[in-house]
Amino acid sequence: MKIIVTIKQVPDTNEVKLDRRTGTLIREGVPSIINPEDKNALEAALQHKERSGAHVVALSMGPPQAEDALREALAMGVDEVILLSDRAFAGADTWSTAATLGMAVQKIADYDLILAGRQAIDGDTAQVGPQLAEYLGIPQITYVREFFIAEDTVRAKRAIEDGYEELEAPLPALLTITKDANDARYPSAGGIMRAYRQQDVTIWDHQAIGADPEEVGLKGSPTQVKRSFTPPPKEPGEKLQVPPAEAARDIVARLKSSNII
Amino acid sequence: MDFSFPKEYELLRRMVRDFAQNEVAPLAEEIDRDERVPWETIKKAAKLGLMGVPFPQEYGGAGAGEIGYCILMEEINKVCGSTATVIGAHTGIAAMAIYLDGTDEQKKKYLTPLARGEKIGAFALTEPNAGSDAASIQTRAVRDGDDYVLNGSKLWITNGDIAGIISVMAVTDPALGARGGVTAFIVEKEFPGFIVGTREEKMGIRGSSTAELFFEDCRVPKENVLGQFGAGFLTFMKSLDIGRLSLGAGGLGASQAALDMSMDFAKNRYQFGAPVAHKQAIQWMIADMATEIEALRSLIYRTAWMVDIGKTDREFSTLAAICKLYGSEVLCRCVDKAVQIHGGMGYMKKYPVERMYRDARITRIFEGTNEIQRDVIARNLFRKIGLRIR
Repeated sequence: MKIIVTIKQVPDTNEVKLDRRTGTLIREGVPSIINPEDKNALEAALQHKERSGAHVVALSMGPPQAEDALREALAMGVDEVILLSDRAFAGADTWSTAATLGMAVQKIADYDLILAGRQAIDGDTAQVGPQLAEYLGIPQITYVREFFIAEDTVRAKRAIEDGYEELEAPLPALLTITKDANDARYPSAGGIMRAYRQQDVTIWDHQAIGADPEEVGLKGSPTQVKRSFTPPPKEPGEKLQVPPAEAARDIVARLKSSNII
Repeated sequence: MDFSFPKEYELLRRMVRDFAQNEVAPLAEEIDRDERVPWETIKKAAKLGLMGVPFPQEYGGAGAGEIGYCILMEEINKVCGSTATVIGAHTGIAAMAIYLDGTDEQKKKYLTPLARGEKIGAFALTEPNAGSDAASIQTRAVRDGDDYVLNGSKLWITNGDIAGIISVMAVTDPALGARGGVTAFIVEKEFPGFIVGTREEKMGIRGSSTAELFFEDCRVPKENVLGQFGAGFLTFMKSLDIGRLSLGAGGLGASQAALDMSMDFAKNRYQFGAPVAHKQAIQWMIADMATEIEALRSLIYRTAWMVDIGKTDREFSTLAAICKLYGSEVLCRCVDKAVQIHGGMGYMKKYPVERMYRDARITRIFEGTNEIQRDVIARNLFRKIGLRIR
């Protein structure tokens, strides 16, 4: 069984501070990590590998430093890692990213399952997983918390607003994994040393995956980011310093007069 | 010159820091209060290869060398001195002795389960009448057929009551004394005549156990002589040297934690209408802590680097003693300032500072008192200019 896990290296947004003047994120000195839900995807693949055997490949598109994210995946126990890195890939929107990943997946070939984290903590779009499945023309099940592989199908428990639904799809299929799926393992100390000192990261540029440089990256992006900004801070609001029952009456009256209820 | 850590060490540090925050820190208060060894943490640490960080992978270790081990000690000590002591005695001196001087068979048989955390290790040198005067140990080992029979007792042995494998020093020739008359042995707790005595109640590092050990006609097979027969002192001193360095690394971590807590407190504690950080007295304490910590940091990792490039000569031995001496004294100064900066809160058990204060004190005493470290440093320095201190 071959499982491909797509991962992204992101800044640790827990540590990110805002530049008060420009309203944008200060990225210097912020550590880079594997996107948390991608780690859950890796963990899901590794658990399946331990239970039933599998060859797990981690794939990432990013700048050269994304190699560290892939080495961490190796240290967790993944069998093979591939980095898609090329100037031509820069500036890609979610569709262009998914298409590029898709070309790489087609080159890897003979896969049974693709796992992706549901959403990245920097972009927050949750689009790349579904777009990748569309590019490849394979079924997708998103927001997966649990899944079982049987013969040529996958059954997955998918989180919906007020519960779960169980879906079944033929393989190969793509699942996006949520943080509720598992607790991702730490990379082991020995795994970390081996990942950097004994194992290799394969690097593919646009030629390696047969991509036209005019059709990837920014040039291959149907959408463009015009501006990123933080919304203005909320008004402080009003604090009612009265007994709870009186406060509740007051609030209900105000909500009624604003036609909210 | 490159003062940066290679990437694998940065990832190792990040992993250990996450482990320390998520798995070790939540239990720190409880294991100190209840005086219990955090077995659940030890099991998790073992699974991640954290019980054998410096040892080669062929013996079950992580292959991260001394730099990796100092990173481990630094990060764990930031959150819990007790957990760090359990791991430190196990890896840093007990298993280390077998790694440095064991035969290949001994390493396969004993180092591997220790490195994997399948068994816990202890290092038994100190006796009721032999602390700093380690040469005057009295535990006796007498050859009898294919075994050595050990008789005597050891005191204040960290992990003594939970260890499966113990490195023990015993006198094999009273006439020769320290030079040629002392031998190191690997003892398994199942060997007949090995008895665990009382567990001591301590001021600090209460989540680690410190026990008395008795040897009553304890039979140890001759294959378990560790290192050269009669040269036990050399074996143990080599191990202690490396252990000293990692103790300094622990002091570095705990000092940094004390500084971080103090700064956070000073920023958020308002008196006289402003954070107390605005008072120069506080600022100078912070500055002094930071100054010593930076000096200690460079010292520790430079010394660790020497081990990893194979330079473990007398110059290293001097530096290792300096690491232990300075690391423990910096730590004690930092936790003292931290308690003062926290004011009344620094004295209350609901804040971690008072535990750090109690945990710190032992570092100036164990693994060779700071007085002994000063002796070692001076003696090594004078020897370089041709004078042998008596």
